[in-house]
Amino acid sequence: MTYSLLIPILMTIVGAATPILLAALGELVVEKSGVLNLGVEGMMLIGAVTGFAVTATTGSAPLGVIAAMIASAASAGLFGFLTLTLTANQVATGLALTIFGIGLSALAGEGYVGQTVDVFGSVFPASLSEHPTLRVIFGYSPLVYLSLALVAAVGWFLSRTRAGLILRAVGESDLSAHSIGYSVIGVRYMAVLFGGAMAGIAGCFYSLVLTPMWAEQLTAGRGWIALALVVFAGWRPVRLLLGAYLFGAVMTLELHAKAAGFSLVAPEFLAAMPYLATIAVLAAISARKTGMSLAPACLGKPFKPSS
Amino acid sequence: MKTLTRRTVLKTTAAAGALPIIGSSAYAADPLKIAFVYLGPIGDHGWTYAHEQGRQDVIKKFGDKVQTTIVENVAEGPDSERVIRRLAEEGNQLVFTTSFGYMNPTLKVAKRFKNVKFEHATGYQRAKNMSTYNARFYEGRAVCGTIAGHMSKSGVAGYIASFPIPEVVMGINAFTLAARKVNPKFETKVLWVSSWYDPAKEADAAKALIDQGADVIAQHTDSPAALQTCEQRGLMAFGQAWDMSNFAPKAHLTAIVNRWGRYYEARIQQMLDGNWQAGDTWWGFKEGVLEMSPYNDVIPADVQAAAEATRAGIIDGSGNPFTGPINDNTGKERLAEGVLGDGDLHKMDWYVEGVQS
Repeated sequence: MTYSLLIPILMTIVGAATPILLAALGELVVEKSGVLNLGVEGMMLIGAVTGFAVTATTGSAPLGVIAAMIASAASAGLFGFLTLTLTANQVATGLALTIFGIGLSALAGEGYVGQTVDVFGSVFPASLSEHPTLRVIFGYSPLVYLSLALVAAVGWFLSRTRAGLILRAVGESDLSAHSIGYSVIGVRYMAVLFGGAMAGIAGCFYSLVLTPMWAEQLTAGRGWIALALVVFAGWRPVRLLLGAYLFGAVMTLELHAKAAGFSLVAPEFLAAMPYLATIAVLAAISARKTGMSLAPACLGKPFKPSS
Repeated sequence: MKTLTRRTVLKTTAAAGALPIIGSSAYAADPLKIAFVYLGPIGDHGWTYAHEQGRQDVIKKFGDKVQTTIVENVAEGPDSERVIRRLAEEGNQLVFTTSFGYMNPTLKVAKRFKNVKFEHATGYQRAKNMSTYNARFYEGRAVCGTIAGHMSKSGVAGYIASFPIPEVVMGINAFTLAARKVNPKFETKVLWVSSWYDPAKEADAAKALIDQGADVIAQHTDSPAALQTCEQRGLMAFGQAWDMSNFAPKAHLTAIVNRWGRYYEARIQQMLDGNWQAGDTWWGFKEGVLEMSPYNDVIPADVQAAAEATRAGIIDGSGNPFTGPINDNTGKERLAEGVLGDGDLHKMDWYVEGVQS
């Protein structure tokens, strides 16, 4: 591989990894609080269409991203109301949220099909963002840097702050947290809303950065890869970062290898890779003595305080 | 190109909603009742949109002699059988099912409702009251190939492909053969993305192909993502299924446009005349079911003329895209002279010289 190829390939990997990372980071916090939200794909689509619609109307991409965060968080709030307040089954409600998101985004986006907006590209001066070499550092959308900052922030929050400790306590032992006076439902609501907002940014990354347009099911199943990534990473932010870039690298390098004229594996295998890797990791961690200790103990369990 | 507004969507939806309550008694003076089953939403600006344009042509031509019903977003499989059966029960006399996956459901319903005529797009199962129809998309690919052969500086095209079925393979081959007629050293690099629709992956595939030296991109996938990538990088590309030039005003050279209306009008006229017969129809430029969208001004006049000459040759039969001698990409001779027949095309599983897959 020649040097001239290296930079564009690295940049493509970052582009493929960032939205998965953003969505997975949100879901990681949600799952750490003991809630399993399978609606990531639906929330991403709601974010993607909202971000696009607001950007197309106002001309401001940052405004679009903020609107997307609000819209996706609102859909997550609906999920929260059903599963936390009404204690509905989380798996069924999450799947319903995905189906709802697919339909709602298609309906809302009807009038925006075929329109385009400017790419939400680099904010650095062109001398840096279009420099043949330095663009590998400066040539991205602000959302890329935001995703990296958020990984650090979430990692710090979960392991170094009191609020993060409470969130983990709620996810590991809801009854204990409840009995010493923490609001389990309240904490979980906050986590679910955060997960929604993150999925919203991830959706925007498709409709504003990678492919600046709106079309039905624009995210094409990336939400499911984000869900797999959380398990793959063992619910740890730094591993999540590595996993996202690994998934992105495998997807990108396979395309480049094939374009260069040799194929490493069948494309079908590649498409299944994130899920296969996740199954392998699941098998590995459950084979260990400590078992599934990485997964929050109360994951997916509805909490009903017996007051 | 006509853009779809929210209002037209609402109107169509309202009309579709009102139809089930219309009575089923059939008098001679009643309009011919025709139904269309669509895979996607009519706003997909792709496959389903093109069929919907065909239905609009029918309404324009026949006016109140026909009454049309549409059902959008019908999943292939058991759901579609329910929808098709209901349309037959509601007294529709002619039902167009517009996706490959409706084949078996259409056949099942056709066997139950002998008096209703069915038309299935892109399949191969037929019955006394069930026809099949398709378009010769590869003819349009040959026109794109001619343009690519002239316009490409690197002599390398990237081709984003979905699945290695004969329909896709013959498109790649027709494109490459036409380009090599212009530039004998022309090469087509094919990248399989294993999806009909995955914008992010299509964009990444385009980037990979460009990084490998391609300066013009063709695609057999449905999103305009690759066009946007080419627009950003100042390269060239072809649209798919409809005019996608608004996504890439500079990069979009032309696109193959499906005009199903020509076929729908012919079949409906036969229904009205009482001489409809089941059969298999594979039309192309000549019959008008395929058109090229307006050529981009960046294409020099002599190249536009060459593209038109390719099209004219296909129409008058002098320039069949698959005229021998044709070698495959292992160097083996596949056709010494003459042209490949439809039977050969329908089971094509090899690539012509110059294809790198």
